[in-house]
Amino acid sequence: MLTRINGLVLRYLYLYRRSLARAGEIFFWPIMDLLVWGFVSTYINKENDVALFLLGSVIFWDVLYRSQQAITLSISEDIWVKNILNVFVSPVSIFELMVATCIMGIIKAIITAVVLGSLAFLLYTFNIVSIGILLLPFLISLLLFGWALGMVTMALILRFGKSAEALVWGIPFLIQPFSAVFYPVEVLPDWLQVVAYAMPSTYVFEGMREVLSNGGWLDLKILMTAFSLNILYLVIGAIFFGWMFSQVREKGYLTRLGME
Amino acid sequence: MSDQIIKIEKLTKNFGEITAVSELGFSVTRGETVGLLGPNGAGKTTTIQMLLGLTKPTSGEIRIFNLNLQHNRRKILQRINFASAYISLPSNLTVYENLNVFGKLYGISTPRRKISNLLDLLEIPQVINQVTGALSSGQLTRLNLCKAFLNDPEILLLDEPTASLDPDIAEKVRLTLQNVQQEHGVTMLYTSHNMREVELMCDRVIFLSRGNIVAEGTPQEIVDNCQTKSLEEVFISLARNGELKDFSELE
Repeated sequence: MLTRINGLVLRYLYLYRRSLARAGEIFFWPIMDLLVWGFVSTYINKENDVALFLLGSVIFWDVLYRSQQAITLSISEDIWVKNILNVFVSPVSIFELMVATCIMGIIKAIITAVVLGSLAFLLYTFNIVSIGILLLPFLISLLLFGWALGMVTMALILRFGKSAEALVWGIPFLIQPFSAVFYPVEVLPDWLQVVAYAMPSTYVFEGMREVLSNGGWLDLKILMTAFSLNILYLVIGAIFFGWMFSQVREKGYLTRLGME
Repeated sequence: MSDQIIKIEKLTKNFGEITAVSELGFSVTRGETVGLLGPNGAGKTTTIQMLLGLTKPTSGEIRIFNLNLQHNRRKILQRINFASAYISLPSNLTVYENLNVFGKLYGISTPRRKISNLLDLLEIPQVINQVTGALSSGQLTRLNLCKAFLNDPEILLLDEPTASLDPDIAEKVRLTLQNVQQEHGVTMLYTSHNMREVELMCDRVIFLSRGNIVAEGTPQEIVDNCQTKSLEEVFISLARNGELKDFSELE
């Protein structure tokens, strides 16, 4: 099993080494995001020191986004280059495929966090490490939610084919307004706050602001809630993916997807 | 009985109201090269998909190596392989990287020597460090076959392996396949629209039309029974009429 997972991870890593566009996806867009929001924060910061939270939000958001994209882009790439059937007719299990793409999620999230964290410190003297030990559970929570979103996205792409490709980039932005990424939950209308608190990402962004503004520790219940929701969504995501994959095999869509 | 490496019984696949394959039954003996032929829409692709476990049958059973495919898919896939003119290896990876990845997917932890031997066998050792996208179509076909030979498959499913190749390269590919078949006793299930190639390659052919077997036998038997000059005429007759002229005389 490990050899096969290693093979899949290698396949995805080779791609990043060979493709400027894919490497750019790890470095270029996150850095552009950071620069835009960094300068906005610098401008707003003159009047409001809360604005620096935006930089933390940008870094955290990119971790979530890259984690989701690691799953969806890894498999989408194989669809685009008509390699997906080669993978599905090999003895690789869906579980191994998911593990490999999740490993890619970890690699991309770590690179994103380190690059953006370093740049934020160098350019804007914003120190993400000042969050302290809580940084780790925050990042893990975002990674897990990214995996869950990735599974759902990938299931939809397998089922609906290339016409659903926009979901690769679209799904994370569907949850962004309700995750209180750039503003506190309290600015949302009451009914939307209920939606917001159903998302593990909301607890991370709220927690980050709490820790950065007040310093110190965070109520562990918040983290526990975030992780419980993550487990729930991961289970739902895995079941949904499994069900969709079964539907795809039932309807014979895999070949269409692999040869179109 | 034990020589039947593939055994299909009453295999049916419905897509809604459409029956793509209807109660199909045939077997393939170890070491045989069998052509699965028929016009577009005959059910060849659906049958191959089901043999690879990509599509679930509506009913019926597929047994490969005397194992039920539905319950032993990964075990079976470890021992078979597939090459098609219509799928590709990632063009932005080098030849070595592609074969290294698939070597690992088939459980070969250090596939370097295997890759080198296969590239020699297919007469393309010089491309090992080239980016796959820079290869000619002939080299790409041979690279796909390298991938298909990586796990020393006992069964090879080939979907139009020589499509889009010039006659010279197509001939080389056929010779390589025949050599591998003779040396390793690989069982091959072959689809092609090139009837001359089928006559050269296949011990036996199965003609499908509208999801049913309409003729089965050696290429010569089918030609004789249909009182035609070649397999190509049989194919054309089937494609135009949906049935064979002298189907009643077959078998």
